[in-house]
Amino acid sequence: MTALLEVKNLTKAFVGLVAVNDVSFSLQAGRITALIGPNGAGKTTCFNLVAGALRPTAGQVLFEGCSLEREPPEAVCRMGIARTFQIVRPMKDMSVLENAMVGAFSWSTNVKEARDKAYESLETVGLAGKANARTDQLTLPDRKMLEMAKALSTRPKLLLLDEVMAGLRPTESAGVVGVLHRLAEDGLTILLVEHVMRIVMEVASTVVVLHHGAKIAEGKPSEVVTDPAVLESYLGAGFHA
Amino acid sequence: MQRTSDQVSDAKRWGAGALVFAALAVVGGMSNAYVISLLTIVLLFTFMGQSWNLMLGIGGQLSIGHALFIGIGAYAVAILNIKYGVTPWIGLLLGAVIAGFVGAVLAWLSFRFEVRGIYFALLTIAAAEFARIMFGGWDYVGGMQGLFYQAPGGTMDLGMLRGDARFYYFVALALAAIGIAGTELISRSYWGYVWRAMRDDDEAARALGVRTFRHKVLVVSISAATAAIGGGVLGLVQGAIFPDSIMGMAISVDVLIGPVVGGLGTAFGPLVGSMAAIPLHHAMGALGDSLGLPGLNSVAYGAVLILVVWFLPDGIWPAIVRLYGAIQLPARGRISQLRKVEE
Ligand SMILES: Nc1ncnc2c1ncn2[C@@H]1O[C@H](COP(=O)(O)OP(=O)(O)OP(=O)(O)O)[C@@H](O)[C@H]1O
Ligand SMILES: [Mg+2]
Repeated sequence: MTALLEVKNLTKAFVGLVAVNDVSFSLQAGRITALIGPNGAGKTTCFNLVAGALRPTAGQVLFEGCSLEREPPEAVCRMGIARTFQIVRPMKDMSVLENAMVGAFSWSTNVKEARDKAYESLETVGLAGKANARTDQLTLPDRKMLEMAKALSTRPKLLLLDEVMAGLRPTESAGVVGVLHRLAEDGLTILLVEHVMRIVMEVASTVVVLHHGAKIAEGKPSEVVTDPAVLESYLGAGFHA
Repeated sequence: MQRTSDQVSDAKRWGAGALVFAALAVVGGMSNAYVISLLTIVLLFTFMGQSWNLMLGIGGQLSIGHALFIGIGAYAVAILNIKYGVTPWIGLLLGAVIAGFVGAVLAWLSFRFEVRGIYFALLTIAAAEFARIMFGGWDYVGGMQGLFYQAPGGTMDLGMLRGDARFYYFVALALAAIGIAGTELISRSYWGYVWRAMRDDDEAARALGVRTFRHKVLVVSISAATAAIGGGVLGLVQGAIFPDSIMGMAISVDVLIGPVVGGLGTAFGPLVGSMAAIPLHHAMGALGDSLGLPGLNSVAYGAVLILVVWFLPDGIWPAIVRLYGAIQLPARGRISQLRKVEE
């Protein structure tokens, strides 16, 4: 199986802090991978590096064999990588539908086509009924779903989801998990950051664990949750199973 | 469902626009010379305000130096016509092309070097002031004494864009209609969507594949080109152009009053705002003169601006739309009630 995305020795140093430290992993096409780790582990920074929002200090990001480190975010998106923002960023003076249309304009200049795609994306995330609402009328979980719809409208090959299920009730997140499985069956590759382990276990075929910017584990969810290094990172030094 | 209701309100909007312009055409046929010349200025500032509105209200880029582009248009038409007898139509076209180019270069340089937001706005003022001083010292274009058009011979000549006050009223009316319809069309096109996206959140728009750099250059360039067309006609209407007035700070401010008062980013805002602000400015000027208080117009003008911005921060036009919606909603409720009864 070929890797769709390959991250090699990725490093990002901020002043006085290495947020991502020599991280390598690869994503298999059509699979769902979870990126987990305690708060401040460097997960969002990792997304920003892949999506072109930040320049890496060192290391490589290869997507379908092309090197991405020097590409601006709009080019990365147009190559087929869409991301959501952990802190949601709706276009506040545009309706829900119009927000979802923007992504479609990365591959079409036809307004009708963009509108159809936007409806489809909203349908996928369960927001079609609120298409004409203003974004400030949405609840936070709905805004997270709007982030996902916006990203889906770009017709990505790889989708980066940063805590989109935060704040959802278990029944609602189960619905989203179903959606992710269906998208993956249709060939979409997904990398998601998620704090709720139950969801990670249900959704991901592979888990990558970050701690203080470094990768401390990688493997099947069932393996990772029993890994002593992972348990220690989450529960503090001195814990032993 | 939603799409049909969109279309209905679309048809209504275009219908309302057509009605307003038909009414303005009738006004142009009936009114006296004073009203005609005042409304001509209102309509020209509607058009130029629309160009400014496109740039800030839709594209998110602030200019406080639109006088630069207006002046380029006015000079292009005047130089070609007065010195070489070339039809203003060519001058308008050339002025638009030059201003579009100047706007694109200005935007390209400043966004390339991360000069954005208020700093870009300051740069537009600097560029306009630079051009004003340059034209003022340039003998070929008349220096500070400016350029004068020959008084129109009285016969209307569409090919040379010459005619009486009523003729220019209809020219300005046509421009305002084109400006409003054009804004409406652009804001519902691919450009309108991606421009509004980059206006609301540049980084989020880029993450969705919007090439914001080139779109910012494009919106500034289009705004500059259309402002130049307005400036070209304004020079013809006034019969003379002077660098201090056509390229001065005052005109940069006058251009943004209409859209700010009327409603930023809306198609009708600049018309409504100009209709409210410009006649008020003139009336207060006249009142001030008769009372021997020469500053009255500026004071009253400022006071009204503050009141509008205070009480209707979105502008007059969105407030009208909200009011209309509030009147319409109960009516709609009644209709659906009736339907239920029939069933
Ligand atoms: N632009 C920045 N400048 C300086 N430090 C930053 C910057 N962005 C992130 N950091 C720091 O880098 C570290 C990693 O942050 P990051 O947001 O990637 O963590 P995270 O794993 O996404 O955490 P969370 O689970 O809270 O979202 C944190 O200590 C954070 O404060
Ligand atoms: Mg994060």
